[in-house]
Amino acid sequence: MSDAAPIDEVNRLQAFFYAMQECVRSALGSIRSHRMRSFLTMLGVIIGVASVICIVSLLQGLTRSVMNEFQGFGGNALQIHSDTSREDWLIGKWNMLKPADLELVKHRIAGISNVTPTSGLNLPGGVRYGGNTSGAQVIATTSWFQFANQSYPRIGRFVTDSDNNSRRRVVVLGEKARADLKLPEDSIGTFIQVGGEWFKVVGIMEARGEMFGQSMDNYVVIPFETGRALAGPEREPDITILLTVDNLDAVNDVTSRITALLRRAHKIGPKDSDDFKVQTSQSLTETIQRVSGTITLVISAVVGISLLVGGVGIMNIMLVSVTERTREIGIAKALGAPRSFILMQFLIEAMVLAVIGGIIGIGFGWLLGVLAAKMIPHFPPPAVPWWAIVGATGFSALVGMLFGILPARRAANLAPIDALRHE
Amino acid sequence: MIELRGIGKTYQMGSTELVALADINLQIARNEYVALVGPSGSGKSTMMNVLGCLDLPTTGTYTLDGEAVAGLSEDQLARVRNRKIGFIFQSYYLMPRTTLADNVAQPLIYRGLAPGVRRERANAALARVGLEARTLHKPNELSGGQRQRVAIARALVGRPDVLLADEPTGNLDSKTAREIMGVFGDLHADGMTIIIVTHDAAVAGHCRRVVRLHDGHIVEDREQAGLA
Repeated sequence: MSDAAPIDEVNRLQAFFYAMQECVRSALGSIRSHRMRSFLTMLGVIIGVASVICIVSLLQGLTRSVMNEFQGFGGNALQIHSDTSREDWLIGKWNMLKPADLELVKHRIAGISNVTPTSGLNLPGGVRYGGNTSGAQVIATTSWFQFANQSYPRIGRFVTDSDNNSRRRVVVLGEKARADLKLPEDSIGTFIQVGGEWFKVVGIMEARGEMFGQSMDNYVVIPFETGRALAGPEREPDITILLTVDNLDAVNDVTSRITALLRRAHKIGPKDSDDFKVQTSQSLTETIQRVSGTITLVISAVVGISLLVGGVGIMNIMLVSVTERTREIGIAKALGAPRSFILMQFLIEAMVLAVIGGIIGIGFGWLLGVLAAKMIPHFPPPAVPWWAIVGATGFSALVGMLFGILPARRAANLAPIDALRHE
Repeated sequence: MIELRGIGKTYQMGSTELVALADINLQIARNEYVALVGPSGSGKSTMMNVLGCLDLPTTGTYTLDGEAVAGLSEDQLARVRNRKIGFIFQSYYLMPRTTLADNVAQPLIYRGLAPGVRRERANAALARVGLEARTLHKPNELSGGQRQRVAIARALVGRPDVLLADEPTGNLDSKTAREIMGVFGDLHADGMTIIIVTHDAAVAGHCRRVVRLHDGHIVEDREQAGLA
């Protein structure tokens, strides 16, 4: 038996794989044999990951529902609105789009249709019905607004082009406005006061619910030209122009043509920035995504700091574990375990602890998100994106590795005879 | 096969220097059966650590199977321990939570062998010490003698050049101790080189050569018939 020690020359990559496999197996074994302690060790990571996932799922659910609002808006829809740059704002200049701009766009830009102005009016007297008043926003617009907004009358009709052309005094009510005015469910034909003038109710819009605790049904719609007449020539309102581009491929071209036209009309010098913004629905959703992404990232980072606390917990227990298992380490070294193997064994144990904690945390955080969304009225259901799952797991592994380094190094650096003698 | 030349080992204990081994010259050939004896504090544990490549000598040269050990790094020493030396300890030093097969296979993990190969060789080594029926038991289900057999199987599994046993019967009753010494006798008969560190004259009586240490020096080195 002693005459020929076999030369076990093995593929290094394979050997590494087997070693990893053994380390994971021993890590799981060690975690299983100290269930309670392992769970308490993971708790920091579990809470950290759960809070991140909870927040991210709520924010993402919210973003998704906002995005859905814009989806009907179509890829060929453009929105032009005034934009006050920081420089202008600092000198007290407040930029506006005027009905003249609308006419200009309507008549000078080819290949567009459904040019719709909308403006929010601030009329003295507000909206009243008998003794009841409503804080509803008064929107002056044309018929295409309902398609752009993906919101249609529940009963009755929306304002029509004919209403607009003849400046009819008709009004369509949002659900909240109707309720505030204490009008019956079907109140078509009733007359209410808008800005001190009498308007006939011709339609009531579908309810859209709340967002961020704010009712989205607290508005009344009147024809654009009626609204313009009501405001008077002295007080031209700031308007937003909605339009569709006939050919989807021409969206960028139309955008630049509108930009050039309005810059010329507003006499903006070549060095000055635009006093308006032309947005496609795509750029709008991109903006929303960017903003929500930034908020998500910042909040995750703040909450993620708690993961570091979890990491310290892991480091602490791993140090205890190294001390407890000094003899075991000594035996492994006597049997020929290289330094790198011991290092890897303890690093992997710390990482496995952290990753298991992370996975439990993801499940727990998702559950918390669902509960929180249920408890906040009208909050959209939470969404856990795949990148949050991958990110949380990866970050947990990273935390485990970082905080595992110190205990693992301590284990690997033990002298075999000292470790063997350890009682 | 083992050659120690001018080996010395001193420990620094605060300001005083403790000489554990001084100018040891010793040669052990293949298939020798050596008892390393001496009272406690004589340096035999240090000798065992040096022979087992667990510790490096302060002075002198140590050649094991043609390889100079003195200049090796920690990982190179681990490799030598893994491939050339089989350790047997007084307190067995088995891993309590793992099966006998896994305990015996442990040295093969560090060779990077596949799990199947490890299991196969571990089972063969357990069969060699008569425990083939209990491969999936845990160490705490065994008697002391059986545990020491497992430890011997673990030492054998890597087919080392030399078995180094540190008081292998120290925790066993005399009947079991005789059984274990019987296992060593069989291994020696099969051609294994065996070095047993002991202060037990009965154990030393089984060996063919007795090297006696005192105060870090070899004071006696004699051949004997050895008990069967």
